Amino acid sequence: MTKEKLNISDREIVIPGDVLAEGMSYIPSGRAVRDGEKIIATSLGLTNVKGHVVKVIPLAGRYAAKRGDSIIGKITEIAKFGWRVNIHCPNDADLPIAEASSSYLDTNRNPMSKFFDVGDLIFAGISEITSSGFVKLSARNRPYRKLHEGIIIDVSPTKIPRIIGKQGSMITMLKEASGCDIIVGQNGWVWIKHDDPEKQMLIVNAVKKIESESHIPGLTEKIKKMLKGGKK
Amino acid sequence: MGGKSDTPLLIKGKRLDGRKMDEMRPIKIKAGVIKGADGSCELQFGETKILAAVYGPMKVLPRRNEEASRAFLNVNYFMAAFSTSDRCRPGPSRRSTEISHVIRRALVPAIYMEKYPQTEIRLILQVTNANAGTRTSALNAATVALIDAGIEMRDLVTSIAAGKIEDQIAVDLWQDEDNFGQADLPIAIMPRTEEITLLQMDGDLTKAELKKAIEMCIKSCKEIAKLQRKAIIESYSGDQKGAKNEK
Repeated sequence: MTKEKLNISDREIVIPGDVLAEGMSYIPSGRAVRDGEKIIATSLGLTNVKGHVVKVIPLAGRYAAKRGDSIIGKITEIAKFGWRVNIHCPNDADLPIAEASSSYLDTNRNPMSKFFDVGDLIFAGISEITSSGFVKLSARNRPYRKLHEGIIIDVSPTKIPRIIGKQGSMITMLKEASGCDIIVGQNGWVWIKHDDPEKQMLIVNAVKKIESESHIPGLTEKIKKMLKGGKK
Repeated sequence: MGGKSDTPLLIKGKRLDGRKMDEMRPIKIKAGVIKGADGSCELQFGETKILAAVYGPMKVLPRRNEEASRAFLNVNYFMAAFSTSDRCRPGPSRRSTEISHVIRRALVPAIYMEKYPQTEIRLILQVTNANAGTRTSALNAATVALIDAGIEMRDLVTSIAAGKIEDQIAVDLWQDEDNFGQADLPIAIMPRTEEITLLQMDGDLTKAELKKAIEMCIKSCKEIAKLQRKAIIESYSGDQKGAKNEK
């Protein structure tokens, strides 16, 4: 029996192959696995230790689709069954006609491009992922909808939880301070809209700041100051 | 390679560049140097310089490379025209195709390929200056770039070459030792478990010499692993990463 030992502290940067803990009483979570009696990190990430659960939260990487995620997508193609949507994933997702709206869409009377055209942005949810990796979307119910105007910025999907904050604290702060419409897709796309382009840019810069400094403590205060000053 | 050379490679028991037998060339590693890539690394091993960039996981192109249950790792190793003493003809060659393949085989055991089905991970390795040991340096750079891109891995892959010069085993050969030495043995290991993922041999070594060479390599690899780890963590702690994104 090896001794029970925790090699890392909370909120520490680890890389693959790092031995986080030794002993059978520790439980791996997130990007960590058990190898014999050791807990090993599998990707670059920040540690999160809660009792005996050792979790690694990834710091980098592209988006991997998950059922139940709310995402922002871009229509790439109109097909027979519905639309094909780029969701910032290696492969495009499908949005069937029946899942596009709560009301009936008569494709005989109106062309499909009248509803969603190629290049349109939509906010949708992932309803299903088949075993072969096909992603199915649903935009039937609110708050899912088409996004008019506004701008999209691309952030690392690993930083999305930080932009939302604890129980939405960060995003609420951004919305209240600027009056912007903000929608955060879990695939790393953030949609921002405001009639005043200066306010729009302020939020863009704030989101980018959150992304680059997400792992540094004291971020909320910094952002608060930034929004109050109104400077970029 | 093979026989003894006329050029002296050891003077009073010391190598021509003043190193001891088990001493590596000075190493510099920097992660996150290319903004457009998902992960990148700039590595210097003495005079040898490598740039590595990782893109993906992304859509597989061409589609025939797609694998249903695992990722496809596309490795491109290139030598710049100015990287060698006389001009190196750019573009794919017999040698670069072989090395790309060897590096791919050395990295695949360390990556959780099954976590990225139907995708491609593209790895580009550009040798900007060659001074022996490009495949081992490229592997070291590739690992740092892959980790910087957030790819899930079992362990690092760390690589170094050992060789035989004037009947003695030395680690990390440089150009002259590589050209006029008796053997060259590049090795890649996963340092935590000491599993070997790459082992090539050019020249002749006895069984005892081979054992000694591998032992020396494993020792050096563990030192390199520490430097790789430091480089990645440095790029994330402090202002370095923040400064990069604000540009």
